[in-house]
Amino acid sequence: MGRFVVDHLNAFYKDKQALYDVSLEFPEKTVTAIIGPSGCGKSTLIRCLNRLHEVTPRARHSGTISLDGREIHEMDAVRLRRRVGMVFQKPNPFPTMTVYENVAAGLKLEGGHPKNEIDQEVYRSLKQAALWEEVKSNLDGPGVGLSGGQQQRLCIARALAVSPEVLLMDEPCSALDPIATAKIEDLIFDLRKNYTVVIVTHNMQQAARVAEYTAFMYMGKLVEFDLTEKLFESPKEKLTESYITGRFG
Amino acid sequence: MAFDRVARRRWKSHLFAGLTLLCVVAALIPLTSIVWTAFDRGAPALSVGFFTQPLPAPCGSAQTHCSYGGVGPYIEGTLVLIALSSLIAIPIGVLIGIYLSEYGRRGIGRVISFFTDVLTGVPSIVVGIFVYTLTLDYILKTGGNPENVYSALSGATALAIIMLPIVARTTEEALRAVPDSVREAALALGIPKHRTTLRIVLTAALPAVLTGALLGVMRVGGEAAPLLFTAFNNPLGYTGVTQPAGALPTMIYNLYQTPYANWQADAWASALVLVLIMVILSVASQIVFTRVRRRISGGQ
Amino acid sequence: MGIAPNVGMNPFPGEDAGVPAGPPPHSPVPQLEATPRRERIGRWFNSIFRLLVTVLGFGILALAALFIIVLAQGAWPSLLKFGPNFLSTSTWDPVHSIFGVVPFVIGTLLTSAIALLIAVPVSLGVAIFLTEQSPTWLSGPLGLVVQLLAAVPSVVYGFWGFIVLVPYMRLSVEPGLQGSVGKVPGLGGVFGGTPVGTDILTSSVILAIMIIPTISSVCRDSLLAVPRHQREAALSLGATKWETTNFAVLRYASSGIIGAIILGLGRALGETMAVTMTIGNADVIPKSLFSQGQTIASLIANEFTSAGPGSIYQGAIIEAALVLFAITILVNVIARLLVGRVLRVEGGS
Repeated sequence: MGRFVVDHLNAFYKDKQALYDVSLEFPEKTVTAIIGPSGCGKSTLIRCLNRLHEVTPRARHSGTISLDGREIHEMDAVRLRRRVGMVFQKPNPFPTMTVYENVAAGLKLEGGHPKNEIDQEVYRSLKQAALWEEVKSNLDGPGVGLSGGQQQRLCIARALAVSPEVLLMDEPCSALDPIATAKIEDLIFDLRKNYTVVIVTHNMQQAARVAEYTAFMYMGKLVEFDLTEKLFESPKEKLTESYITGRFG
Repeated sequence: MAFDRVARRRWKSHLFAGLTLLCVVAALIPLTSIVWTAFDRGAPALSVGFFTQPLPAPCGSAQTHCSYGGVGPYIEGTLVLIALSSLIAIPIGVLIGIYLSEYGRRGIGRVISFFTDVLTGVPSIVVGIFVYTLTLDYILKTGGNPENVYSALSGATALAIIMLPIVARTTEEALRAVPDSVREAALALGIPKHRTTLRIVLTAALPAVLTGALLGVMRVGGEAAPLLFTAFNNPLGYTGVTQPAGALPTMIYNLYQTPYANWQADAWASALVLVLIMVILSVASQIVFTRVRRRISGGQ
Repeated sequence: MGIAPNVGMNPFPGEDAGVPAGPPPHSPVPQLEATPRRERIGRWFNSIFRLLVTVLGFGILALAALFIIVLAQGAWPSLLKFGPNFLSTSTWDPVHSIFGVVPFVIGTLLTSAIALLIAVPVSLGVAIFLTEQSPTWLSGPLGLVVQLLAAVPSVVYGFWGFIVLVPYMRLSVEPGLQGSVGKVPGLGGVFGGTPVGTDILTSSVILAIMIIPTISSVCRDSLLAVPRHQREAALSLGATKWETTNFAVLRYASSGIIGAIILGLGRALGETMAVTMTIGNADVIPKSLFSQGQTIASLIANEFTSAGPGSIYQGAIIEAALVLFAITILVNVIARLLVGRVLRVEGGS
């Protein structure tokens, strides 16, 4: 469960094309990293995967994306996003809610979950997000009262609480210090046992550390997609090679 | 089971979207009705003479030929009152705005800025009473006749007090939007602060400052309440700063229950003219304002 | 660029640190050479200007204080005679010179409260439609049109209210209300009496229309200030559009929304002409929504000219104005603190 297939995807903002004919497959229960210089379309790509791209005013796309064999644009967006969680660049917990309420938010929206089930899911997700030990005595404190790294793990827990199949991460560590980054990376490494993870990053070391597969994008086009080791050690494309050896970007 | 739940949530979402649209429609009904009523009932009175002639003799329902005359004196009175109050409020308001933005950025300056905001909330009728009491006090102290308490000058003063905080705060906002780098560059060239402020900062912010002045004029142009006990009324319009003065809004108030058909039509036509002027000024100021704001934020 | 800084003409010798001092010997730029005399005048003018604007700035505080002093002075005959009883007496009798402000405070608060009850949901709906629902090309022009409601003068609202709304309320809305909700046990009194059209309810409806642009525009600004990532966080959890608005947007903007409501309240409390022309002008405590009544503002507009200068009657009306001043100042201070806090939060993050 959680296998994404992207086929001939083009995406636009207003008149500007952000993705050109991108085709690739995100295998299930693996971590795939998308790397590339800023503005290369990597964020646009994952925002297409949970149909957040279409929320932007005057954004459109062509081509198909399927999740476990079903075209996602034929699915109900609410049901799709329930199966595909997302973590953003900047930690964005709901400022009016407590730690507990933040994690429970998705289940509350869904409705019909008894209190003890929500309690259990909150516990499980905070545990999975490696945050439980740090916040267990402070579940009723405000979510925004945590440190930056804790807030980001809170957002991961919030996304995990609804038991998604896929977790999209849009540069989740770019606003964090190195220690917090290391914690999140460990976490991502653990998550692949249960989830398909797609992580956008501009940090190549990070991709090398956490991802089994890596896609390199440049100027809206997918340049190369391969096992991470292969991509970094023997890139097929000249462009990939010059990027990973630091000649641009 | 779960599917039903999502469908229900979707339906609820559409329902609320529909309700918000309904709110917009509901908010626009009165505006449409007001403009339509004013046009429907005021159109017969509208002619070139409407803007110049005085009010006609009242015309009962038995008469067949009614003259609509015009509201020339009241238009004149309104224009003079607006001009006088602008003359008082705009220079002082701009100077206060300069103080708030350039000299009073912390401490007591913040307090003053806050109170300027609060003063925009003082009911205009209270401003009218305030100016009346002040004028009466002055007349009694100088041994004048309390009968002379009503004057164009005191009407203009009341309007100016209403305008002042609006002009001051928009000027402050406009000047604050000018980046500090502009000030520093000018000061580094050795230009004294007052000249930096007046020549460079104020010039850069001029369109926004003018919008503020326009907002102030719009706020007072339709006011009747502060004029009731200050400018009072004068069928001849404006006859001198120490004489009472007529104005369109107070005229509408004086005529709103009149039984005479031609006066009713004149009152509606006046309402239509007032609304149209306000609408034009409002659209103009909002377009200018968003453009200015866009330019300022786009430039940073 | 190009004008060589000249230490000689700089009145702020401390402020040009780092700028090379002295003119280059062969400056291509026409020299703005200042004589010591001109420099003195410049410095003098600089301090005069600073003094002028500072004095005018403090003039705002003086003006606020002057309001209280002048109104208290005008109200003196009444203050002297009635003291605190003015605030608790519900008789207003110019013939026997007994004056109490209670009926008008009740009339003011009641009309404003009903106006809020009507205007707040509509304004929120408008703000939500403009920021969350409407296509981008439509929201700008539509917002502008809603704002035009604020451009209609109060006296025109009153005129329209008296001619169009009053008969409509008397003939359709009020009998309809009496026939439906008025039949509910316990609510009969609220909707009791003969509908006359010029009454508390009609004034409240007019007030509601008048404060919709105020409330909706401040609400809209508060909603626009909610960062996009909050909306996306809710959407990515599988929230519907309405749930996103309710869950992420409205809660985030709540203090700005409350500030907007209180600003609207401040506007309604002091609104004069439209209320005066539609409320019926009866100096009594209203018994139902269909009673004729009076607000402080309409009392002033109606009766001030019939009271002689310096009389107790006039003093009582001015004291009522002082009460209105105090109430609106209080409400506006609260509103500005709330709205200001929202803006500071924005600026801080």
